[in-house]
Amino acid sequence: MTDLTRMTATDLAGLVASGETSAVEVTRAHLDRIAAVDDRVHAFLHVDTEGALAAARAVDERRAAGEQLGPLAGVPVAVKDVLTTKGVPTTVGSKILEGWRPPYDATIVQRLQAAGTVMLGKTNMDEFAMGSSTEYSAYGPTHNPWDTDRIPGGSGGGSAAALAAYEAPLAIGSDTGGSIRQPGAVTGTVGAKPTYGGTSRYGLVAFSSSLDTPGPCARTVLDAALLHQVIGGHDPRDSTSIPQPVPDVVAAAKLGATGDLTGVKLGIVREFTGEGAEPGVMAAFRESVDTLAKLGAEIVEVSCPHFRYALPAYYLIAPSECSSNLARFDGVRFGLRVGDDGNRSLEEVMSLTREAGFGAEVKRRIMVGTYALSSGYYDAYYGQAQKVRTLITRDFTTAFEQVDALISPTTPFVAFPIGARTADPYQMYLADLFTIPTNLYGGPGISVPCGLSEGLPVGLQVMAPTMADDRMYRVAAALESVVGTFTPPAL
Amino acid sequence: MTTTLPAYDEVVARYEPVIGLETHVELGTNTKMFCGCPTDFGGEPNTRVCPVCLGLPGSLPVANKAAIEATIRIGLALNCSIAQWCRFARKNYFYPDMPKDFQISQYDEPLCSDGYLDVEVNGELVRIGIERVHLEEDTGKTLHVGGATGRIHGATESLVDYNRAGIPLVEIVTKPVPGTGALAPEVAKAYVTELRDVLRSLGVSDVRMEEGSLRCDVNTSLNLPGEEWGTRTETKNVNSLRSVERAVRSEILRQASVLDAGGRITQETRHFHEDTGDTTPGRSKETATDYRYFPEPDLVPLAPDTAWVAELKAALPELPRLHRRRLQEQWGLSDLDMQSVLNAGAVELIEATVAAGTTPAAARKWWLGELSRRANETGVELADIGATPAQVAELQGLIDAGKLNDKLARTVLEGVVDGEGSPTEIMTNRGLEVVSDTGALTAAVDEAIAANPAIADKIRSGKVAAAGALVGAVMKATRGQADAKTLRDLILERLGVQG
Repeated sequence: MTDLTRMTATDLAGLVASGETSAVEVTRAHLDRIAAVDDRVHAFLHVDTEGALAAARAVDERRAAGEQLGPLAGVPVAVKDVLTTKGVPTTVGSKILEGWRPPYDATIVQRLQAAGTVMLGKTNMDEFAMGSSTEYSAYGPTHNPWDTDRIPGGSGGGSAAALAAYEAPLAIGSDTGGSIRQPGAVTGTVGAKPTYGGTSRYGLVAFSSSLDTPGPCARTVLDAALLHQVIGGHDPRDSTSIPQPVPDVVAAAKLGATGDLTGVKLGIVREFTGEGAEPGVMAAFRESVDTLAKLGAEIVEVSCPHFRYALPAYYLIAPSECSSNLARFDGVRFGLRVGDDGNRSLEEVMSLTREAGFGAEVKRRIMVGTYALSSGYYDAYYGQAQKVRTLITRDFTTAFEQVDALISPTTPFVAFPIGARTADPYQMYLADLFTIPTNLYGGPGISVPCGLSEGLPVGLQVMAPTMADDRMYRVAAALESVVGTFTPPAL
Repeated sequence: MTTTLPAYDEVVARYEPVIGLETHVELGTNTKMFCGCPTDFGGEPNTRVCPVCLGLPGSLPVANKAAIEATIRIGLALNCSIAQWCRFARKNYFYPDMPKDFQISQYDEPLCSDGYLDVEVNGELVRIGIERVHLEEDTGKTLHVGGATGRIHGATESLVDYNRAGIPLVEIVTKPVPGTGALAPEVAKAYVTELRDVLRSLGVSDVRMEEGSLRCDVNTSLNLPGEEWGTRTETKNVNSLRSVERAVRSEILRQASVLDAGGRITQETRHFHEDTGDTTPGRSKETATDYRYFPEPDLVPLAPDTAWVAELKAALPELPRLHRRRLQEQWGLSDLDMQSVLNAGAVELIEATVAAGTTPAAARKWWLGELSRRANETGVELADIGATPAQVAELQGLIDAGKLNDKLARTVLEGVVDGEGSPTEIMTNRGLEVVSDTGALTAAVDEAIAANPAIADKIRSGKVAAAGALVGAVMKATRGQADAKTLRDLILERLGVQG
């Protein structure tokens, strides 16, 4: 019998729709797989067995009743623990929310339900999405299915690892500086960051409001596009949501899959091809560029001179916003409360709660952000970073006057060993060197597997203009049509 | 401290006060500033809340357009410039009644700025500069229980009610107001009164100081003539118009006594006490919290359409001060008479009564006469007396139609005030209508003639004036429900005498 866990979401949906298999069978296969391998991967923080089976049964009943099912009905999805799920624990990878069961569903979760997908559970992540390795999860690291001694990327390492370990065919991530794309790259899976405002943030526990973008993760470009189509689109509950329909990413992925890129002009970001990236990563990238050229794409080199300031600007803007967004975790209304013994003052209880509830990286960023927003320092730090952001946006718009999309390696290095970069925050921050500019600009970016380096996956990033998400899907699908998908060794 | 306070007149002869006022107004929108929860006052604690106004993780604000419109209208009524582009900002500080531990407010980009409001003090116009008008969200309310005072000291538990959290709040800040001298307290009161009337005329808030929908902080400083302005204090908990005046006066006296003793004024927040009329120090502003303001990234910038703003401006109601002047002319009142109408709080009541069809004189007679008397006796505001302008107009209509006389009307009005129903209902239910049924009256007249043959003879012999005695007898018999003139004519007719 075919292993249901090895199939694409597209194929699974087809089998469920035709009645060749049931949503319950598909769900059970994935729950069994999780039970078999997740002790070694630790992709999940919570597996919602009952909820998943109930959702699957509902899909089967709808089909039996002759209802028309959506393109992903009956397909299991793993959801990053950054999205609120009604009645289902939501921790954001932090001790401060341990045991919290939100009273409401995120918009994306509602859309997943409406589409008939089956939520398997909540995936592991760096605490509050701050990190590039999932090592900063308060609940222990996730292991890369390609080599369980290595990191699966972060912050959405759980979602990417769940895909690579065949625990789920689809997953949801959130990308603030690369948290969808970089884990995609180092696990050999596809991760797309939609245009900022193209997917709703309502119910996404905020890290950095002006950068956070939820998006799809999958093992194929078409699956990612289908998921993107389901979760995307305007949400009146999110003021920053764009009131326009989602670009037709599914059609674009199908067009790309024909392997024809004639008339497409791609720009290699000069600043991202010098030093900084591992030779093996650069080799795989160069080879992919040749492939894209063979598919008919015109390749040019473009300069984005301000990208070199992206990392420092990001590490002022994101911490500043996080210092404010994370203030509400004070022990008063939800989550952890420490030291409330009737003798301590409110400030002491708040302080003890935050001291005990937040991990070191979260505290570091809260402190940096608090400092950067302080009176007398605001202009020099937060204000200056906003100006850099404007310059980076200008680099993008100038580049997109010359080319349809930009390409670069997704991340400078392949999956590194667990523990290798935790001692020096800057070494960790470098993992997002190539992904951060897109977040500052607000455009879409996708990471697609493009090869291996020393037996580990390498990702190629395609960046497109805002609300031109379809372009990156076309290019990614074209590359995928040649290089194929990548299967890790058996766990 | 047992310092004797100097005399007010003597103080303001030596020192020049500078005042400034910060007013917070809760808007009367149907829903909260950033979510769909209702805004009605009161309600069981924590029943008018949702993930957004509770600041639950993941929730996001969406700005209320009605609140933005109301703020722009306030700005326009206060002659402000309306920003073509501005942003909300986060004001960060930890406090349990602040669900997100930051308040969404506005900082260096207020929606409205640089306007003025003219107020009348002792017949003279004083122009109060308006620094800014901005929009923000209200906080929840903390209740300290278990202690004697209801304050945090001595309390065993603190409870938070988030029903109020997220209600749209408009902050109106004046520029410093120098040069009012001894009149400073009155100017402050006149400003808040006028502002309240403007807000009421705009229909943007119920402006009830006692329910906290209009809250006022008063800044006061003193300086010697020719010298720089002094250090200011900010007095909070000023919960009535009278308190505004008292708070300024009290702060002027207190600061003068400190300065006279060679002391320095500390920049601080002070708390006004309604019972004693004093202020006591609150938290010091010298170690002010750094609010770390930054533009709210969860909301898009506000860019009010110029044409829309122009429409709102064109549709503004007449300013209360100009409106009052126009009414005074229409009603033909002297300044003194108008002042007594104002003092009685009867302007809008009379206006509404007139609008319902009563003459200004009659409307004024009822509101300033019988109803004001009742209001004084029972210690309620005239507006809350229990009679509405429509009812007063109805009452006067019954008089004009000859169904009630003046005396009966007073009885009916008492019934209205006591909640017995409308004037017509009370008249009918209590049988107070003037008897105009000639059959019934004729019977009563004939009875009176039969009972008073001597008087009847006098009248028959031409002493028509004697008819008054028979009128009185019939009135007595009909409990005053006859119209005196009709009655007199009928008596003469029955006796065959020409009137």
